Amino acid sequence: MTEQIAKAEEVLRNTNDPGVIQKVLDDNPELKGLGTYEYGWSDSDTAGATAKRGIDTSVVEDISNKKSEPEWMLKLRKKGLKYFERKPQPTWGADLSEIDFDNIKYFVRSTEKQAQTWEDLPEDIRNTYERLGIPEAERERLVSGVAAQYESEVVYHQIREDLEEQGVIFMDTDTALKEHPEFFEEYFGSVIPVGDNKFAALNTAVWSGGSFVYVPKGVHVEIPLQAYFRINTENMGQFERTLIIADEGSYVHYIEGCTAPIYNTDSLHSAVVEIIVRKNARVRYTTIQNWSTNVYNLVTKRAIVDEGGTMEWIDGNIGSKVTMKYPAVYLTGEHAKGETLSVAFAGAGQHQDTGSKMVHMAPNTSSSIVSKSVARSGGRASYRGLVQINPEAKGSANSVVCDALLVDTISKTDTYPYIDIREDDVTLGHEATVSKVSEDQLFYLMSRGLAEDEAMAMIVRGFIEPIARELPMEYALELNRLIELQMEGSVG
Amino acid sequence: MSTLEIKDLHVSIETDQGTKDILKGVSLTINSGEIHAIMGPNGSGKSTLASTIAGHPRYDVTKGEILLDGEDVLEMGADERAQAGLFLAMQYPVEVPGVTMTNFLRTAKTAIEGEAPKLRTWTKEVKDAMEKLRIDADFANRNVNEGFSGGEKKRVEILQLELFKPKFAILDETDSGLDIDALRVVSEGVNRAHEDNGMGTLLITHYTRILNYIKPSFVHVFVDGKVAEQGGPELADELEANGYDRFLTPAAAAV
Repeated sequence: MTEQIAKAEEVLRNTNDPGVIQKVLDDNPELKGLGTYEYGWSDSDTAGATAKRGIDTSVVEDISNKKSEPEWMLKLRKKGLKYFERKPQPTWGADLSEIDFDNIKYFVRSTEKQAQTWEDLPEDIRNTYERLGIPEAERERLVSGVAAQYESEVVYHQIREDLEEQGVIFMDTDTALKEHPEFFEEYFGSVIPVGDNKFAALNTAVWSGGSFVYVPKGVHVEIPLQAYFRINTENMGQFERTLIIADEGSYVHYIEGCTAPIYNTDSLHSAVVEIIVRKNARVRYTTIQNWSTNVYNLVTKRAIVDEGGTMEWIDGNIGSKVTMKYPAVYLTGEHAKGETLSVAFAGAGQHQDTGSKMVHMAPNTSSSIVSKSVARSGGRASYRGLVQINPEAKGSANSVVCDALLVDTISKTDTYPYIDIREDDVTLGHEATVSKVSEDQLFYLMSRGLAEDEAMAMIVRGFIEPIARELPMEYALELNRLIELQMEGSVG
Repeated sequence: MSTLEIKDLHVSIETDQGTKDILKGVSLTINSGEIHAIMGPNGSGKSTLASTIAGHPRYDVTKGEILLDGEDVLEMGADERAQAGLFLAMQYPVEVPGVTMTNFLRTAKTAIEGEAPKLRTWTKEVKDAMEKLRIDADFANRNVNEGFSGGEKKRVEILQLELFKPKFAILDETDSGLDIDALRVVSEGVNRAHEDNGMGTLLITHYTRILNYIKPSFVHVFVDGKVAEQGGPELADELEANGYDRFLTPAAAAV
């Protein structure tokens, strides 16, 4: 099967004959997304077809029952539901008015049992991850642990033995709640409270899946842990919940990727990620978000950083219809550091409303935000960020750099920097630029033989290079490849 | 043996004040191995001719033809012209942030040849060419033209000319802004491309200085969008002595 697809792809690459292209596409329907969105195929969907639409107390109770959760969690879920119902839809950012909460499936169980080997997974799910290249990354030891979430639950999970021996915990959040309840009683909802915002409340009510990571004192996890999220069902809501605790002096890099099929109607992804960075620990959290362009991606991510600790968000938003995401760092201990590198890519019909929040709550804390966005074909990229320096946070420093690149004249970019400073003894820097791909730049590259879309892709790749450089090699390549796919056919 | 023919070329651009005619009937024929110098005062249309041959979208060809071995160049995009063997060394090379010279040179070479160069020989070729042009090795890791001085940009243009091995090169005021040492190094690069590949050259300049290093077979005096006079190298000497005055219309001379 894969051989046939490879062959068909080869044919498509080497022909411009519409007749030939049509025939290849008819024979290989899964290739129809080629050149636009690569991950747009869907598997057969028996689990999703029968799932209930809409949300009420019974849905919440049902999820909690199926997972045999402790009573306090059910209570918290119900509280989340209450806040979700009570809070108005936010109107300050992207347009969310078309989300139909009654049409969404809040929980889809695609397999009864979590697999320990890829072979144990149902064939269609396994094929999905094969095509995404996840098992390969694990085989090649590019990652030290893998979690794969399909619909609502984590279907595959593995961690390297040596890490386990050192006391590193990496498992899906549902299992972790059962096996390590003490962490959950202490930390679940401690960074992002149940009523923090409408979508965090919704997540608290119906959360399922996600990752739990605990890194003991002084342990350095040198190779990244990886999670992969996939939505298959139409109108599915995916609400994973991730909790990462890095104990004193430890280090971990967690990477997540996300894809979904292309359907006619929208899906919703609303995750909550809470991170606790203890004294002198360092956590790096990398996201390459590549949802298909019918997914609303409304995610709350926040870290609390103790004395001398460092939190780094590397946030790449390429897919989705609408993304609203502002990874936050609360710097609660002296000399704590926060850093966000954000890159957003808005194509036709997309609105990327992204940025970061840095809240300085202790003296001598420092933070920086570097945001780069590219808009093309009528897409809209907005930077929205908050820098808050509380009284007593003396000697703190922050710098914000946001650069926007417009590829054509019909796309849009805007910047909403909020700055709230309540202390005199601070250092602040803010730079913002908007640039357009110039005719002369394109001409220069084209006069060196590059086709117009290749030239455009080269300019865009160069623009985001400062962020791509921070990614592990295979992710940087992936990001470049995604950009090339996005740029194909972007010029006429 | 290749031929680049320019026949009765008329070019205009759109400005805020409306359409402006720049070239008013230029005809030139360049064969492989020939060096043609185009000299003329500011604003005579020399750079427009260079950009038009390379396919800059700002210039509108209203009449005439450009043929490369009989093929219609005007039908080709700028990228196709490069692939067909035309090269423009620009007067103001553009910066491309975030893209290293190494990456750029390899990508361009691949685009021009239609296949990627063999990595081992290519790396050596680039290194040798850089040494000959006295370009410091660390330029390979710097971003294209970013923060380069005027002279460094010009050397990098000639580096590309040597590596891409075009059939015809147009040098648009490559000599401007070069000190005497850089001028010699750059000229040697052009002469090498000439001798090694039989490249044909259209050398655009204000000054005769570069002609001490690159010896033209033909000299064309360009005035007001047209070739006012052509001759051999001796014409350049005359221009050096007397300037452009005798070619200018009385009205233009009075400005």
